[in-house]
Amino acid sequence: MGKFKVELDEALCKGRACAICQNACPQEVFAVSDQPTPQGVWPLRVASPEECIGCRRCELFCPELAISVQEAGGREQEARGEGQEGPVVAPDYGGWTTVPSRLSAGVHFLSGNEACAEGALVAGCRFYGGYPITPSSEIMVHMAHRLPEVGGTFVQMEDEIASLCAVIGASWSGIKSMTATSGPGFSLMMESLGYAVMTETPCVIVNVQRAGPSTGQASRPAQGDVMQARWGTHGGPEIITLAPWSVQEMYDLTIRAFNLAERFRVPVIVLADEIVGHLYETLTIEPEIRCFNRARWPQDSPFGTEADDGVPPMPAFGEGARLLVTGSTHDARGIRRTTDPQTQERLVRRLANKLLAHRDEIDDWETHFTADAERLVVAYGSVARSALWAVQEARRRGQRVGLLRLKSLWPFPDEIVTRYAGDCREVVVPEMNLGQVVREVERCTAARVTPLPQTNGEIIDPRRILGYLLEGRWER
Amino acid sequence: MNDKTAAKSSTPLLRARYLRQPTPFCAGCGHGIFINAFLRAADEAGLDFGRTVFVSGIGCGAWVPSPHFLADTLHVIHGRAIAFATGVKLTRPELEVVVISGDGDLTTIGGNHLIHAARRNLPIKVFCLNNWLFGMTGGQVSATTPPGAITATTPSGNPHRSFDLVKLARGAGAPYVARWSVARPRWLRQGIETALREPGFAFVEVLSICPTQYGRANRGQWADKEASLPWAMLSWQETHCISRRKAQKEGAEGKIVVGEWREGEEPWDV
Ligand code: SF4
Ligand code: SF4
Ligand code: SF4
Ligand SMILES: [Mg+2]
Repeated sequence: MGKFKVELDEALCKGRACAICQNACPQEVFAVSDQPTPQGVWPLRVASPEECIGCRRCELFCPELAISVQEAGGREQEARGEGQEGPVVAPDYGGWTTVPSRLSAGVHFLSGNEACAEGALVAGCRFYGGYPITPSSEIMVHMAHRLPEVGGTFVQMEDEIASLCAVIGASWSGIKSMTATSGPGFSLMMESLGYAVMTETPCVIVNVQRAGPSTGQASRPAQGDVMQARWGTHGGPEIITLAPWSVQEMYDLTIRAFNLAERFRVPVIVLADEIVGHLYETLTIEPEIRCFNRARWPQDSPFGTEADDGVPPMPAFGEGARLLVTGSTHDARGIRRTTDPQTQERLVRRLANKLLAHRDEIDDWETHFTADAERLVVAYGSVARSALWAVQEARRRGQRVGLLRLKSLWPFPDEIVTRYAGDCREVVVPEMNLGQVVREVERCTAARVTPLPQTNGEIIDPRRILGYLLEGRWER
Repeated sequence: MNDKTAAKSSTPLLRARYLRQPTPFCAGCGHGIFINAFLRAADEAGLDFGRTVFVSGIGCGAWVPSPHFLADTLHVIHGRAIAFATGVKLTRPELEVVVISGDGDLTTIGGNHLIHAARRNLPIKVFCLNNWLFGMTGGQVSATTPPGAITATTPSGNPHRSFDLVKLARGAGAPYVARWSVARPRWLRQGIETALREPGFAFVEVLSICPTQYGRANRGQWADKEASLPWAMLSWQETHCISRRKAQKEGAEGKIVVGEWREGEEPWDV
């Protein structure tokens, strides 16, 4: 026996195609084994340990940490992971709580974008990562001023890609997080939107829609991103999307977006438009709001549940959970299973089912004059303001017409549309695009469905909708 | 033992303490040598894996921490590791945030985030495993592929110049930049330990080797036909790397300068 003990773990060795130890050793201590392993690897072995001079080149070079060199007779180190445990965090089941409002209770006068930011703050948002873009920038500017006041963190990132990435990173730190943008930036966020779905990361993305495609008309309203919200990221996941129609709802639905994000561990999109973003009107603040906090329970699997529609608990970084967060297909612990058909199917189905099986908690709508309606207008966002006026005027002139206003667009509220379209002979869908929600409505009813598209960067004039309801005209 | 920089923990102890499982890397992959050096350096520096978040993107280099390191790991989309790390570090400054990924991920698709993190002096540590091409996707040219090198997408040789990552990071304002080579594991281990102890943004380019893609495509240039391909690549790298001190005396013509650069020196200083 020489002065040094050289050990090589053949089970770890990648074999003669590597042979780094053999080449690195000045003393020819190593040789290729006579036998390959069942996997066809010819591992190296310690052939002449007595020649070792203890230079440790082999040990420091081995890419698999398969080699150890010790002084002969030296004390053995026990191979266990002591002293490296993170802090132990008590189980936190999260759930609903009530928190006081940050704005004083009563009536305020704000823009939609400011109301959105205030809604985020009271919902518990403490991180904003964003990039300036018209017509959403006021949300960011407001957050830049307000977040430091509440102990939050604001950062203007280098682009919209980085913005949503930072938001997701912050969410895994245990912080409620958001960004806001408009069409071009929303397009840049699509890849990380899918990552948020796959990793089940709660976050809120506000898209204050402007006229596109491409740069389009930056300061003009549109509703051209409805399908993109649902289908823009690859792989086709379900994505919750809410559509506010007023300053009040820029506040209320942003709060709701955070609650849904936390409840289901999903990204939630607030699909606003330039009109509700820039509109100033009154906003009523209640003394307190209901607020949902994610379950943080480090002891349980953070990426899977027994139920096929479950929402797993979400420990944060630094809580000892040793999280494996990955956008690759993974099992309940986060271990990648990138070729296993069952894991892929089970995961993708659960990601969809956890929303689809809880439609009662997500679907959101409002009706006007639907009880005896023969015709139904389905509208959302700022266009629903025009639609409501038109429906009221048409009623005044004896038309039995009602309004279904969709406050949640995705998952599409099929049952709601089917219910209210009911026995109507016609369903009319005005939209600031060439026809997006109208396609969904068509799926949900046997009635005649008429698209009323407008895409000129202007709000749909209520008189145009009225003109259609009274005379069947939809002219420029 | 005649090694002044010897790690205190034995190899089996390092494995047990810091690693979940063996790597899937090809035989002789330089990234494994980096893991070896990194774990020794982290152990020496007292990096607590329970309070450290490792962030990585896509590619072979991104697999170094995830799923292998027994810590919180955030394995993200291609090119954006530093952007995700920004969100983590800004919200949880008490956690150590370490980005480990490849040249394709951090400097080719993701270069924008690298320069902005350097500019912000975000206190994270970034280790860029530079094997001079895209390994995992089949050996395509990257922003660090040397001019003339053969890759799957430059069959007649790379027609473009490559980034000097040290100059890139320095030019972007990184207060601490270093370059080390897996062919010099002792320097590498010491260099990683130094970077881990830096208070601000630290960028370390780690010259790695990819025998499977780069090696097979360019093996003609390695003289030692007797050695295994990984060793031939390591030997080439060892003979072509020159320390800053030596380069300042002898010049660096045809060499790759390794060492560390701190704020205050001109970005073009050798
Ligand atoms: S260096 Fe390690 S992996 Fe490579 S041949 Fe030697 S023991 Fe095997
Ligand atoms: S310590 Fe040095 S001499 Fe001993 S086996 Fe390893 S490389 Fe060879
Ligand atoms: S392809 Fe290259 S970089 Fe990737 S594991 Fe194999 S040798 Fe390493
Ligand atoms: Mg590479």
